[in-house]
Amino acid sequence: MNLAVWVGGIAIAIQVGTSVLYPTLGEVLGQRGGLVNLGIEGVMLMSAAVGYAVTAVTGNIVLGVLAGVAAGAGFNLLFGVLVVTRRSNQLASGLSLYFLGAGLSALIGASYIGERIDGLRQLGFPGLSSLPDPWGRLFQHDMLVWLVAPIAFLLWWVLSRTRWGLKLRATGEDRNIAYAAGLHPSRLQYQALAIAGCLSGFGGVELALGYTKTWQEFMTTGRGFIAIMIVIFSLWHPLRAIGGALLFGAATAIGLQLQAQGASISPYLLDMLPYLATLTVVLIWGRPRAFTAPMGLREVFQGTAK
Amino acid sequence: MAVAPTHPHSFRIFLSPRATSAAARGGLVVAAAFGAFALIMILYGKSPLGALRDMVSSTLGTSYGLSEVLVKMSPMLLTAVAVTVPARLGLVNVGGEGQMFIGGLCATWGALTFKGLLPGWLLIPLMAALAFAGGGLWGGITGWMRARGWLTEVFSTLLLNYIGILLVNFLVFGPWRDPGSGNYPQTKPIPDAAHLPLLGETRVHVGIFVGIVAIVLFYLFLKKTRWGLQMRAAGGNPVAAAQTGLSVARYIVIAMVVGGGLAGLAGMTQVAGIQFRLNPGLTTYVGYTGFLISWLSGHRPLMIVPMAFLLALLAGGGDILQITQGVPYAIVNVLVALSLCLILAVRARRVTS
Repeated sequence: MNLAVWVGGIAIAIQVGTSVLYPTLGEVLGQRGGLVNLGIEGVMLMSAAVGYAVTAVTGNIVLGVLAGVAAGAGFNLLFGVLVVTRRSNQLASGLSLYFLGAGLSALIGASYIGERIDGLRQLGFPGLSSLPDPWGRLFQHDMLVWLVAPIAFLLWWVLSRTRWGLKLRATGEDRNIAYAAGLHPSRLQYQALAIAGCLSGFGGVELALGYTKTWQEFMTTGRGFIAIMIVIFSLWHPLRAIGGALLFGAATAIGLQLQAQGASISPYLLDMLPYLATLTVVLIWGRPRAFTAPMGLREVFQGTAK
Repeated sequence: MAVAPTHPHSFRIFLSPRATSAAARGGLVVAAAFGAFALIMILYGKSPLGALRDMVSSTLGTSYGLSEVLVKMSPMLLTAVAVTVPARLGLVNVGGEGQMFIGGLCATWGALTFKGLLPGWLLIPLMAALAFAGGGLWGGITGWMRARGWLTEVFSTLLLNYIGILLVNFLVFGPWRDPGSGNYPQTKPIPDAAHLPLLGETRVHVGIFVGIVAIVLFYLFLKKTRWGLQMRAAGGNPVAAAQTGLSVARYIVIAMVVGGGLAGLAGMTQVAGIQFRLNPGLTTYVGYTGFLISWLSGHRPLMIVPMAFLLALLAGGGDILQITQGVPYAIVNVLVALSLCLILAVRARRVTS
């Protein structure tokens, strides 16, 4: 393996990592507010399908991105109706949202299968993107990739340094005490879900318009679920989530680069890498530290017999 | 989910206020689901009534249509009870899809390895045992991790789905691929001795009885045995159950092994009764459908049968709509998922105070 392969692999890891980091950030926000949303896989699918369809019809990719993100936010609020307003079981509601998103996105995307679009434009980092050949690739990404790290930082700041973040975290630790203290837990959770929906939407849009530039049913292949695992082993921290998402990206990139190099390993075995890596890391690194979980989540995970 | 309270006066012929309100809620869900269906059909520029007529006449109208509904229903029974068994302990098994694939994989391995060595009456039980063991292992891993407090079974079952499917893909595109099958990724056909007996001239195989027997056995287990009572106690309040000396961890592992094993059996019946070989199209998302059926039926074992019949009916009707009305099959998935959302929403407030 020469230098170009390694650098190319890192570039892929960054792009794939981005598509999973956005939903991870959304899920961090939701879980800090006491909501475990398994439906973000469905939200991503919805955003990907809507973003793709709008782009294909209008030819305007900015409109496509906005429509996809708006669809994600709206769809995620449905989760709020189920678990915040109706207090239904969070895990079951999330999964039914996933099934609904999978079905609806398949309906929306049905007539666009196999079509190709131009996709998001690659933007070079001034100066660095004109570096000699392999290195320049590291600084050529689309807008959503460039934005993800600043957004992670912003989210960290909002959660840990603002009054709203403190209120949301208080809700996530104990909803009843937050209510008794004069907060509006439901309103806070709805706000968090709307933002989380936007973020998951960015992930879906990046996947459909930035990375693959196509639409396929079930194209997220579990990235939403992977994102929840990353939330666990990044200990509900937006900045650590960057590392977790890069790890997933790297596991995917290793498989892709090995295939491109003509390695005699089955692509299906290589495709297992990201799932196995995520599972391994969550067990080895995340498990002993899981006590950092917001208290409000204990009820969701341990008292599932509700 | 709360354990359904056994009503002391359940012999009364008049419906209690609670039962009537449950019926009203059920009616609301059905009405809303059909409203959504009609809306989607109108958006596609089709007549909702015409679509409904096509769906009903093609499935219930002919004996062939009805037999195809039963064909679709038979693995659903098993994947649904595979979700119900752990659910009675408060566990969420979303891994039916992967467990089913592993079951089919193990059954195919058994059939191809012992081809010609064993007669059918030995080969088929062997395949079933292998499938149960394989699916049980796939589910048991997740139960074990949950019992140790390592990882919630929701996440591990979801991830193991993807790994299970990729494992089957690896085998049928690679070492197990039948060189004589052209471009289709599939294994060699299993021997005739490994085929499940069919009912009459239809494609319905005896797998449907396996599902019904599993459901009835689980119902009797829950209602009539000491372990069933303990299981309901552990599911209702794990902390209190543990304080009475019950090993909740052991129940968790056993429930996940049994659940995974039953989903594995569904994979075996699809291989031995329908496909006669292993290929990536083995499950047709029946693993996920089972999850929906179990939640729609409120984890009551006997409710699985009518609910599975309903979903098989919808699945068969969806196939027809694709042909006669030219609408995507996904409409059925939307309809079912929407119904579950509605049911969760109307059911919820009753459970939490």
